[in-house]
Amino acid sequence: MEAVVQSHSRAAQSSVPLLAVEDLHVQFETSRGIVRAVQGVSYTVNRGEVVAIVGESGCGKSVSALTMMRLLAKTGRVTKGRILLEGRNLLDLSDEEMRAVRGHEISMIFQEPMTSLNPVLSIGMQIMEPLLIHLKMTEEQAQVRALELMQQVGITDGKRRLSQYPHQLSGGMRQRVMIAIGLACKPKLIIADEPTTALDVTIQAQILELMKNLSRELGIALVIITHNLGIVARYADRVNVMYAANIIEKGSADDIFLKPAHPYTNGLMRSVPRLDEPRGTKLQTIEGLPPDLRMPPAGCRFAPRCPHRLEKCSQPIELIDLGAEHSARCHRVNEIMSGALKIEFPSGDTVASQAQIGDKPLLEVSNLKKHFGVKAAGAGFFSSEMATVRAVDDVSFTIAKGETLGLVGESGCGKTTVGRVVLRLDEATGGSIKFNGVDVTHHSGRNMRDLRRKIQVIFQDPYSSLNPRMTVGEIIAEPLKVYGIVPEKKARLDRVGELLTQVGLFAYMSERYPHELSGGQRQRVGIARALALEPELIVCDEPVSALDVSIQGQVINLLEGLQSRLGLTFLFIAHDLAVVRHISDRVAVMYLGKIMELADRDEIYRAPLHPYTKALLDAAPIPDPRVERARAPRALRGEIPSPLTPPSGCVFHTRCSIATDICKQDVPKVRELKTGHLVACHHAG
Amino acid sequence: MLMYTLKRLLFTIPTLIGVAVLVFFMLRIVPGDIVEVKLRGDGGNVTQEVVEQERKRLGLDRPLIVQFGDYMWGLARGDLGISMWTERPVIEEIMIRLELSLEVAILATIFATMISIPLGTAAALFRNTWIDYVVRIVTIGGLSIPSFWFGMIIIVSLLTFFNWLPPITFTPIYVDPVANLSQLIWPALAVGYRYCAVTARMIRSSLLEVLAEDYIRTARAKGVYEKLVVSRHALRNALLPAITVMGLEFAFLIGGLVVTEQVFNLNGIGQLFVQSVSRNDFMLIQGMVIMIAAFYVLINLAVDLLYAVFDPRIRYGN
Repeated sequence: MEAVVQSHSRAAQSSVPLLAVEDLHVQFETSRGIVRAVQGVSYTVNRGEVVAIVGESGCGKSVSALTMMRLLAKTGRVTKGRILLEGRNLLDLSDEEMRAVRGHEISMIFQEPMTSLNPVLSIGMQIMEPLLIHLKMTEEQAQVRALELMQQVGITDGKRRLSQYPHQLSGGMRQRVMIAIGLACKPKLIIADEPTTALDVTIQAQILELMKNLSRELGIALVIITHNLGIVARYADRVNVMYAANIIEKGSADDIFLKPAHPYTNGLMRSVPRLDEPRGTKLQTIEGLPPDLRMPPAGCRFAPRCPHRLEKCSQPIELIDLGAEHSARCHRVNEIMSGALKIEFPSGDTVASQAQIGDKPLLEVSNLKKHFGVKAAGAGFFSSEMATVRAVDDVSFTIAKGETLGLVGESGCGKTTVGRVVLRLDEATGGSIKFNGVDVTHHSGRNMRDLRRKIQVIFQDPYSSLNPRMTVGEIIAEPLKVYGIVPEKKARLDRVGELLTQVGLFAYMSERYPHELSGGQRQRVGIARALALEPELIVCDEPVSALDVSIQGQVINLLEGLQSRLGLTFLFIAHDLAVVRHISDRVAVMYLGKIMELADRDEIYRAPLHPYTKALLDAAPIPDPRVERARAPRALRGEIPSPLTPPSGCVFHTRCSIATDICKQDVPKVRELKTGHLVACHHAG
Repeated sequence: MLMYTLKRLLFTIPTLIGVAVLVFFMLRIVPGDIVEVKLRGDGGNVTQEVVEQERKRLGLDRPLIVQFGDYMWGLARGDLGISMWTERPVIEEIMIRLELSLEVAILATIFATMISIPLGTAAALFRNTWIDYVVRIVTIGGLSIPSFWFGMIIIVSLLTFFNWLPPITFTPIYVDPVANLSQLIWPALAVGYRYCAVTARMIRSSLLEVLAEDYIRTARAKGVYEKLVVSRHALRNALLPAITVMGLEFAFLIGGLVVTEQVFNLNGIGQLFVQSVSRNDFMLIQGMVIMIAAFYVLINLAVDLLYAVFDPRIRYGN
């Protein structure tokens, strides 16, 4: 009997795809109604294949993945559909049968390596657990296999790591541990839900490369769920684009990137600034917001945001086959594919001219230092032994009036600290900050108040940087009141309305609370609040990195528009090279508290001189499969060293491919190799 | 870890000195005089001369600063002085009662731990089902019913249903465990109910929080048995906040059982406290306050050390 079943399943294996999701419907019952998070999603994954599911937050991509693992929250329910793993419907399995599938036949890697490992269990225990449970290994066998796995995912010094705990590992290392756990039982399929979103660019490239290689070598199929089109271009064989609980387009990576059929796919691609294309004046953006999944539009779900919608778009629509496994859910797909319809997205209000950049510097930062004293790593509770973190170490730059200086770097490089010191939220340890020619490094009292008016900030996280107990109006009016700029209440209300209109919101929104707004709208409120004081300089600290791709473009356009209209000067801090390239006039690259390279935007992206800048540019994914495949594998290895114990000499030498002995000893001086192009490298030029 | 413990122990000394100074002067500010209470308390007609004599005998006529110096010098040698009322050493007065109070506290802790962990876990796992509701009702009862009243119910029940009352004389557990437990198990139950309710609720809420963590999802995605997900992955994390609460409750039980001891007619620390306050027995009060403060400090240290055992992120020393 068993033999029959086995031969049957083997016969099935050859024809049946590894995984087939068929007409999946998932809904969540919430107190405010039924949210239909996934509706009619179907796709297949073949053995050893890399399939991507792309979409913005709330489109149902993660929910569909969790449904495959049957790990949905209790409020979630599958109302229709099948999930077939080698022909076996996972939704029909008992809880115990499903448990045996998880981690054994299908593994899952999650987004947040910082929170996805159990803080109180050792790394070894966490890797060995599935081996002990699924493969019934003994402790010794499991330990041997765990060491092997750690080597496979590039964790050196595995023996020591086994007894360590997650908090002793960096984010990249933790994600490697997660991958080791996922690989442990040699599954047939790994689902990776935003596996690199929380990681830095250079680490992200390492992890993706690792996953791709492992899947090739071991023949494991990979489902990558992501919002990042760039990742998908390099690593996916096939792509499914999701929007508002539906798959709206599916096809090979080439089809999706080179011949996108659906207007949304087109829009997604155009609203991302790209490194490999000349910098356009404005990003095209998808206006509006995704629909509410409690009552989605009856017809095409993208129609309300689509610039090319017709009457017939309010009719329901299924995926239309375009041949060669390419299909899209659009009424006008034939017009688009034949070229009869050119997709154009609005790019906001076009700006007449670039902002005028003055010749006099508005902000001059010279030899700025910010050192933090922290308790030394090995010091005891009562020990007063201190270690110094050189968060910012000898940083100099200037920003002219009307200019945007982009400050890029990976996490821990000190870019945010520079912003905080310029804002005088942190006191500088050394060096000076001049604003409008006046030294403001040690301003206090009345002078400080005046300075605060002129330098404002936009924060990264629009969810936590607005007080949830204040209305939007109160948030924006507060600085006006505090500074007595608009003392009368009535006039203040008018001014708030004016500011809201300026950032593309409506005056009536002043009555709302932050939680009633979307992420993009909240960030606009943050911008309005910064504008309220009519500042000259705005420090933008990762203003778009928490936003969805289509919303990012809107906010970038808004910032650019405001700059040219109001003559603002920006210090734009970000980790996304493409965004920085798009918005900045000049760019500074930071690494471990130091500026590695500073140059004109076009110059630095076209002809980077510092090996770190080159590595960063190499590591940044580009949403074009042809370009991506032609690029060499990414070379930058290793982790970012701890700022507590920065390497001697050039801080980058531990990861640098051209480092020599001198790099280990001498700190490279900042040299001006061409006019306005500064580099801190012994070997550059 | 050892160094850390030693250092922490060393640090208890200034804390206790501070407590001693504070309690000494605060007691002197409060009006009332032990000699008055002792000699005239029951309406006795005593001449002023006798009162003065008694004051002199107890050393109360000396300047405050001298009394203080004397007291601190005693403390430095580990001498808590002599009770002004019974004229026996304070340490002796405390010790004969501490055994009983400590045992009640320990019994209550054992009882509370044994009941509250399964109770809190069940409530969290079966959240918003009848199990959860029952646990929540039972625990809210524990929080709102005063221990002494619950104690009275226990005594009345024992009397009506079994026609039996617990013994009223204390037998140390090493002399006769049965007699000892048949006396002390009831007060331990009475105070343990509240204790258990506090911890169970704590465990329920922290377990609910932990169960929503990403690493629990990871554990499930690995195919870990649900039982192990709860016991190995969730409970260890969820018990951390409960340990703090248990430590504080335990410290409270030593010396805090004033009324419950009355109900069960136990000669414990709580009762001694009441007596010494009503008699203005400064020496005894001071001794007891210092002792209870020492307990609090030590239990807090124990809690911190337990934390390090459960949570690898906390490592004291190196």
